Amino acid sequence: MEGTLNLVGFGLSAIGPAIATGMIFAAYINGVARQPEARSILQPIAFLGFALAEALALFGLVLAFVL
Amino acid sequence: MSLTISGEYRVINLQLSGDGFVPPSTKDFDLPPIFESIEWLTKPVLLVFLSVILVSVFFVVSARKAAVVPSKLQFAGESIYAFVRNDLARDVIGPEFMRFVPYLFTLFTFVLTNNIFGIVPFLQFPTMSHVAFPYVLAAFSFFVFHYVGIRKQGLLKYLKEIAFMPGVPKPVYILLTPIEIATFFLVRPLTLSLRLFANMFAGHLLLLVFILGGEYMLSDPNLLMKILSPFAFTFGIALTFFEFMVQCLQAYIFTLLTALYIAGALADEH
Repeated sequence: MEGTLNLVGFGLSAIGPAIATGMIFAAYINGVARQPEARSILQPIAFLGFALAEALALFGLVLAFVL
Repeated sequence: MSLTISGEYRVINLQLSGDGFVPPSTKDFDLPPIFESIEWLTKPVLLVFLSVILVSVFFVVSARKAAVVPSKLQFAGESIYAFVRNDLARDVIGPEFMRFVPYLFTLFTFVLTNNIFGIVPFLQFPTMSHVAFPYVLAAFSFFVFHYVGIRKQGLLKYLKEIAFMPGVPKPVYILLTPIEIATFFLVRPLTLSLRLFANMFAGHLLLLVFILGGEYMLSDPNLLMKILSPFAFTFGIALTFFEFMVQCLQAYIFTLLTALYIAGALADEH
C-alpha cells in the first residue's frame, strides 16, 4: 500500500465541513418547508453558507497534497 | 486517430506489473499526448475543443428555426437558456441581470459539457479534473465581479466597502478587515476553482477504483473473486449515476456562485 497519512488527516478534517454542510441544508429545507415562498430569498444565502463551509474542506484537501 | 482512454492505459499497466492490484492514483490523470509530435494536444485539450464545438453547434441549430410552436430541439435549447436566465441570473442578481446572462450561460453550458464528458463512453474523462481549466474559469469570474464592482462604485469606495464593512463596531475591524480582504481576493477565486476540480477529480478516481477493481477481480484466477466481481461493477454503475448528479450540481454551483459574487459587487452595501 502506498499513500501518506496526510490523506487520513484530510478525511478527519472533512468531518467538520460535512456536518456544517448538512446543518446548512437542513436549515434551508426547514425554512422552505415552513414558508415555500421564501425559497428564492433563502437559496442564495444557503449556497453562500455552503460555499464557505466547503471552502474549509477544500483547504484541507490542498494541504493534504501540499504538505 | 487513437484516443488513449485511461481505462485502456490502465489495463496495459496492470498486465505489465503482473502481480497485485495497483490502485488508481494521480498518475492516471497524466495522459500522454495523442500524437507524439504535438506535445500540447492531450486528451483534456481535445475535449475542451470538442465541448466548444458541441455547445455552439447545439445552440445554433436549436435556435436557427425558431418558431412560436417550438420543435423538440428548440424546446430543449430554450429550457436550458431559461433555466440560466430565470433561476440563476434573475433571481440572484436582480434588475440588472440581463447584462450577465451571456457570461453565465456560456459558463454553465461549458462547465456542464466538460463535466459530463466524465461519464460519456469512450471520452470518459472530466476535463475539469485537470486543475488548470477551473483556474482559468475562476480567474474570468474573479475579474468579472471585481470589474463590475469597480465600475459601479468606483475603485476607492469599492475597496473601502470590502475592507471596512459598514455598520460594524470599530474594534471588530481588527479581526474583520484581514478576513474580508482574504475572502474577496484569495478565498473566493481559489475555492471556486478548487471545488470544481476536487469534485471532478475525486469522482473520476472513485469510478476508476470500482471499475478497475471489478476488472481485476474478474481476471483473478480465484473463483470466489470472479463471483464477487459483479458487486464492484454494480457499484461502479450506481456511482456513474451519482457522478452524473454531481457533475450537473457542480456546473450549477459554479454558475450560481459567480452570479452571487456579481450580485454582491453590484449591491450598494454588502
